[in-house]
Parts: sequence; C-alpha cells; structure tokens
Amino acid sequence: MTTELAHPPARLLSVGDAAWTVEFGNAIDPAIHGRVLGFSSLLDTLSNDGRLDGVVEWVPTFRSVTVHFDPLRTDAMALHDLLADLAGKSGSLSAAGCRWRIPVCFDADCAPDLDEVAAAKGMPREEVVRLMTETVFTVYMLGFLPGFPYLGGLPEALDMPRLATPRKVVPSRSIAIAGRMCAAYPWESPGGWHLLGRTPLRLFDAANARRPALLAPGDQVVWQAIDHQTFDALELECAAGRFDLSSLLTEGETA
Amino acid sequence: MSAVLEIIDAGLAVSVQDRGRTGYRNIGVPVSGALDPVLMAAANALVGNPSDVAVLEVGLSGPSLKALSGTVRVGLSGEMGAQLVNTRGQVLKVAPWQTATLFPGDVIRIGGVSHGVGYVALSGGVQVSGQLGSRSTYLRAAIGGVQGRAPKVGDRLQCDAVRGDPWLEYRARAPWHHDTGPIRVILGPQEDHFTPEALANFLSRPYAVTRDMDRMGLRLDGEKLAHNDKGAEIVSDGVAPGTIQVPANGQPIVLMADCQTSGGYPKIATVIRADLPRLAHVRPGDELRFVAVSHAEAAAALREQVRRLAEWIGMIQSFRPPGVIDEAALYGANLICGAVRGDEWNLHGVNLQFGAQHV
Repeated sequence: MTTELAHPPARLLSVGDAAWTVEFGNAIDPAIHGRVLGFSSLLDTLSNDGRLDGVVEWVPTFRSVTVHFDPLRTDAMALHDLLADLAGKSGSLSAAGCRWRIPVCFDADCAPDLDEVAAAKGMPREEVVRLMTETVFTVYMLGFLPGFPYLGGLPEALDMPRLATPRKVVPSRSIAIAGRMCAAYPWESPGGWHLLGRTPLRLFDAANARRPALLAPGDQVVWQAIDHQTFDALELECAAGRFDLSSLLTEGETA
Repeated sequence: MSAVLEIIDAGLAVSVQDRGRTGYRNIGVPVSGALDPVLMAAANALVGNPSDVAVLEVGLSGPSLKALSGTVRVGLSGEMGAQLVNTRGQVLKVAPWQTATLFPGDVIRIGGVSHGVGYVALSGGVQVSGQLGSRSTYLRAAIGGVQGRAPKVGDRLQCDAVRGDPWLEYRARAPWHHDTGPIRVILGPQEDHFTPEALANFLSRPYAVTRDMDRMGLRLDGEKLAHNDKGAEIVSDGVAPGTIQVPANGQPIVLMADCQTSGGYPKIATVIRADLPRLAHVRPGDELRFVAVSHAEAAAALREQVRRLAEWIGMIQSFRPPGVIDEAALYGANLICGAVRGDEWNLHGVNLQFGAQHV
C-alpha cells in the first residue's frame, strides 16, 4: 500500500557516470527497506513496459537502490530527474516474497562457533538453536557473493560482534550471524561471521537461469533443525540435482 | 563452419571474457568481463568479429594454442606478440596488433604481456557455453569461462573457421593508445564522509598502485584520506567497477570488473567509464592522480573514445604475410618490397621475406 505522507524525500547519489543510487535512508530498518522494495517494484513495472530506456539493471540494498545505466544510451541528468520523480511517487511494500523452510544441521562439525556463542551469551547451546529456529528472518538484500542473503530479524539475545580475526575459509553453505544479522554463505570464502550451522542446500545454481539464487529480497526464511543423517542424505540428493527446492516453500504462507 | 583449437600451454592469468554479465547484480553476481573493453574490441576487430564477443584476456603470459580442425584467425591486442610454428616447422614471428592464421596442425605461442593486459581474439569468438547471459569468467563462484574456470592444457576451444582468403592477415596502422593525464572521476556517492583535507588530497596528491591488485580491485597507497565524524562504515549500498572505496585506514581501493555488487565502506568517487580501461594497465609502483569531472564531461569523453575506436578500426589494413611463398614474387624483382617489413615475420635468423604484398 502506498503511504505517501511520512516519506522523507529520497537522495540521489552519483556512482560514477553509469549509475545512480536512490537512497531512502541510512539504517537497517523495515520501513526504509519497504521503500526500497516499493521503488524496485515500480522500476520492474516500468521496465516491463519498455519505459526505462538505457537502464541496464538495478540493485536493491538495505536502504537504497542503485540503478546502473548505459551512458551512451541515456542522458545521466535526464535519468536523474526521472528517478527522483519516481522515488517521490513510489510507495512502500512490505515483504511480499515467498516463505522458505530451510533445513540446517546444528551439529558441532557444521557449527564451529555455536558453543562459543552460547557461552558468550550465557545460555545452553539448545537455547541458541531454539532462537535460531523460532525466528522468521527477512531477506533484506543479496550481495557480497552470488546468492549471499543478508537476513534481518536476529533476536537481540544473539547479537554478537564480528570475529576479531576473520576466518580465511568459511565452508560453503554455512549459516552465520553478526550484529543483528544472519546470513548464509553460498560459496567457500573468507568471512568474519559466527558459524552456527550448515544447510545441505545449494543457495545458488548458475545452471538454473530462471532463478539462480534461491532467495530474493523480501523473502522470509525459517531455519529447520535436521540431524546429521538427514543432512548427509539431503546433501547427496542436492549434489545429484534430485532435490526439489519448491518443496521448501511453506504451503499457503506467502508473507 | 566451426574450428577447434587445443590449449597446449595455459599461460598465466588467462581467462575467457566478454562484455560482462549484467542483469544479475541484484542477486550478488559481479559483472566481470574484459578489464579493458577497448582492447577487447580492437582484438575482435582485427579478426572481423563484433566488438564484444568472447576473447581470451591475458594478465601475465599468453597461452599456446594448436589448431586441430578448421582454419582459425587469431588477433592480438595489447603489448603482446607471438610465434607461429607451422606444420613445416617454420617459426614465424607475429607482432602485436596483428592477426595470424592457423591451419590444422599449426601452433601459436602467445608471449608475455609487457604492460597490463592483452587480448587474444579468435575468428567468430571463443565459443564456450555461456552462463547467465555471458561467457565471462568469474572464478570465485565458478561461473562462465571454461566450465567455470580458466583454460587448462588439453581444453578444446571452439570458434569459427576463417571465411574468405586464409592467406591474408590484418594489422592495425598503429597501436591503440589510451588517454593520458589524471584519471577522471565523478565524486560520490559518499564524498560527504570525508574531511575537506581528504578531498583536497585525493584530488591533488599521487596515489601509488600497490602489489595488492587483481581483477577485483587495486589497493592504492598515498596521503591518508581521513573520514569525518560520519565515520568509516556505512550500511552497505551499491558499488560499480571504478568505485573508489576507503576503509578506516584511509587508503583507497579502486574496484575492478570482478568487484562485489555492494559494499560497506564510504566511497569517495567513481572512475568514469572512459578511463576505467586505463586501470587495466597499471603496475605496482605506478602513481595515479585523480581529477573530478561532471557527468557531461564524462559522457563527452566516452563518446570521443567510441569515435576514436571506430576510426582506429577503420584503419586496420590487410596484408599478405611474407611467410607465404609466392613464386612469382620470389623470382621477380620484388625482394626489396619484402624487406620493408622484415622484422615481423621471420624465421629465427633466417630471412623469409618473399615479396610481401601490401594490400
């Protein structure tokens, strides 16, 4: 729904001669993110109608949308004015995506930091797992690596600063937390977040051209604890390409 | 008709690239693509390809390729030459900025690139199967390229066979030269996170390229760029190749083709499109200077680059290489003409200039 009244005006920032960032705020905040989703949705509509000539693509983040364009095909200042106008008109969208139930193994070998986080927070490890699995997380944005989702909604009780020394290697498909955020690493990479579990699912598949990334901004995610035997079986199924990802969608629960 | 080449030496820092992978940055997929799209276009033009079909980008030393089937034309751009070893065992020198045509069994050994990057274009383009709309290689996520990786010995690359006269070669009238002078940037998106002194330093002091450089970014070293009280961290927002981010240590990092799609450091400025290819050719120790321009100036610079490239391509000449034995010329009085360009195709020590015909 459009709620025109309370919106402070968006700021337009230069990202060189081939992109504008339309900034709705500077915090991680559901209201600001709602405007990001609303603006992205308006761009989708206009683009489908062929009314964004020269625009290559746009990247929604927590608090802004970066619009990349071809400076040989469109005039930067004309696009600036169009985007400023659209940002004033676009409304807010609440998370409108799918709700996913994603299996995660919290056993020690999948969760190297679980005991430390539990100790730091003065709670048993089971309590950490309970908080992780009872929370409905929201995908704010994808970035850092292909298919890497930044999830908001982590309970304050699990708020932890990043590792003082980042790991050189985070295993792919690790589920991790830092600050009030949760994330999942689709790829092996360096990383400074606390590793609390691991999913057997592939979060990114370049061969799936229609939806290479499992998650999209606005989606909701619930982690579902599985034992190691289930993890191993699902990992094999996923590697063989036999796993049906749509089975993870929660029936009748589009948020 | 298609042709096939086999990699018999993989070279160093070689990858398949095209104009890059757009349309997936919203899910965190970098654009990748040629670090220097102008030189990619130049190599493609030499072999008669459209500007942005896939090529081999060479970061350090070029690969050796053997034609298995079909006749293949190879075009070189950048400061990078090659040797062609034909089936008769003759070794012909191939100068930079020209083509060499391989018949089945011929081998081309592409040398080191003496400055920045070089490009190897194949007739019809490097036809690896693309992913997500591009053949560009993004190694970290194993997307594009040769099955998600760099070419290795034994790989077979498909391209098109030469159409038309296989005895003709093509060369540029002169090497391509990028613009010189300070690197042009547009300030922002977070220039308001820096002190006035930092902005003044950024636009007046030299920043040296360090050894920390790859397809993802260049770390620079110079006068510290101090953040003001808005601080050295922001909630992540979008970046682009050319974006100059400044972490808490005050030393700038220029993001390159394989850069992430968003970042949490304040970004003082972004290099304009026309100057981004120049950064593909810097070496550790080189000093960069930056100057701020307007959007109108940036657009004019890009249009001028496009115009100049079209003009450069228009001046590509065909020639008949002297390695091709032309009996009439050999026994005629044409030896002097051949000597005019005797430095480009010769056997080791043995002169092979049998009457070059400039076409």
